[in-house]
Amino acid sequence: MSRILIIGEHDGQNLNLAIAKCVRCAQAIGGDIDIAIFGNAVDAIAAEAASLDSVSKVIAVSADHLAAPLAVNWAPEAVALAADYSHVLGPSTTLGRDLMPRVAALLGVNQVSDIMEVTDSSTFKRPIYAGNAIVDVQCAEGQTIVGTVRAASWQAVDASGSGSVESRAAAGSPASHSRYVGLEAGGGERPDLQSAAKVVSGGRALGSVENFELIYQLADRLGAGVGASRAAVDAGYCPNDMQVGQTGKIIAPDLYMAFGISGAIQHITGIKDAGTIVAVNKDSEAPIFEVSDIGLVGDLFKVIPELESLLG
Amino acid sequence: MKILVGIKRVVDYNVRVRVLPDGSGVDTDGVKMSVNPFDEIALEEALRIKEAGKAEEVIVVSVGGDECQQQLRTGLAMGADRAIQVKTGESLQPLSVARAFLKIIEREQPGLVILGKQAIDDDNSQTGQMLAALWDRPQATFASKLTLSDGSATVVREVDIGLETIEIDLPAVVTVDLRLNEPRFVKLPDIMKAKRKPLDVVPLEDLDVGADSNLSVTKFAPPAQRAKGIMVEDAAQLVQELKNRGLV
Repeated sequence: MSRILIIGEHDGQNLNLAIAKCVRCAQAIGGDIDIAIFGNAVDAIAAEAASLDSVSKVIAVSADHLAAPLAVNWAPEAVALAADYSHVLGPSTTLGRDLMPRVAALLGVNQVSDIMEVTDSSTFKRPIYAGNAIVDVQCAEGQTIVGTVRAASWQAVDASGSGSVESRAAAGSPASHSRYVGLEAGGGERPDLQSAAKVVSGGRALGSVENFELIYQLADRLGAGVGASRAAVDAGYCPNDMQVGQTGKIIAPDLYMAFGISGAIQHITGIKDAGTIVAVNKDSEAPIFEVSDIGLVGDLFKVIPELESLLG
Repeated sequence: MKILVGIKRVVDYNVRVRVLPDGSGVDTDGVKMSVNPFDEIALEEALRIKEAGKAEEVIVVSVGGDECQQQLRTGLAMGADRAIQVKTGESLQPLSVARAFLKIIEREQPGLVILGKQAIDDDNSQTGQMLAALWDRPQATFASKLTLSDGSATVVREVDIGLETIEIDLPAVVTVDLRLNEPRFVKLPDIMKAKRKPLDVVPLEDLDVGADSNLSVTKFAPPAQRAKGIMVEDAAQLVQELKNRGLV
């Protein structure tokens, strides 16, 4: 039977929602599921992780040098625990994508990136070429399987569990060559893009920072998170953490509304798992209409105010 | 200081990739191949560092068959000083590529290694982090700003929740994100000049890189298609549809 360790991502306060999705993936693999929490003063976060359905044990490792999520400091902790496990998983967030390959290399294995489906405990499906192809990846016997879990492919488990919490001392010492300076948080008060049930997204057609306000207004009316195409981010209409797509965020909201986004394949791969995709675009030939559930050919500068008043 | 830049030959990002009917791979026959877009950004950054007088030499490195010399030549035309092809007929996984890079690092002793944050074919996003681990040096992934000072670098990283800043001592591995810079266009005279720049070929066997084959790709399939949607005429109809589906 598999023994699965999930590396828990958190912001110092709360567990990242992606971890409850990693647990769902671990359930599909089948076996004992533990979560490791690295940080400083992580008791509350460890308790939150222990409450996730089907988690047996949470290993909490607290140390000053683990407070910031530096891969150089977290990776040795994951490696120190790995010997007891058949699988070591992390989320396919920027933290997981930074950390897990370092862990894999230290364990001498390649990583299975972006697990979207579990065939059996050593065979997984993952997307390549911006989701234009799905491959089956078979892991060799007798080696630790290191993987990242594509959060958008998995439903979060609920908090009906009652795992134990075990505190351990840090195995490694701080890496003197890397120093955490700080974080300039984007987003603000709106729902988090990666966990929001609804997302309103804008593209190049918005034309300016000022016009992008229209997207924020509609999002606020719907209680939605805000996303953007790469073109809109590159043009400076909105911050980089809003980018949805192959090289940005992969999301799966119940409702995704795309305004003025043509729908390049690199963008589509970020929204394919959305429940309902709505597209509003002036160009009736825009590829976004090939994947939209509800399409409207029209001028977003006219449609958005109309939607606002109709939804008011 | 020398800067080492990784270059991968990939299917051009504008090509819509198709899976072969027998599921053995994707159709690359007659398909346009390019430098991985993130690697172009990596090279551009290295060239700007050199132009600012903070590095003496920029070396582009690729692991692959002779066809990847085309992409190395593109790198030389952009302004790299010389190129190294680690020659292999096999399609290597990230850990082997990282091991091969480490061997080149041991020979060249660069102060900085810059790679793309991911290759747009496999979308793995592993090689840079693995190289930093094997080298036991710092890693700064997904960089959107890179500032060098004496023996260290300040890197702004694009992370899910905003922009994170870290400081790392050199030598180090930096992987680059989209907004670090805009790569220059290659001019015709530079293409001519690039033909005379040195391109060394190093057989992979000579590097004594251990085999890694813990993963094998057994099948390729096209992605599931979404069901065909509907078109509505105006905002009122759109809102009605959303209400019917219980979404607003």
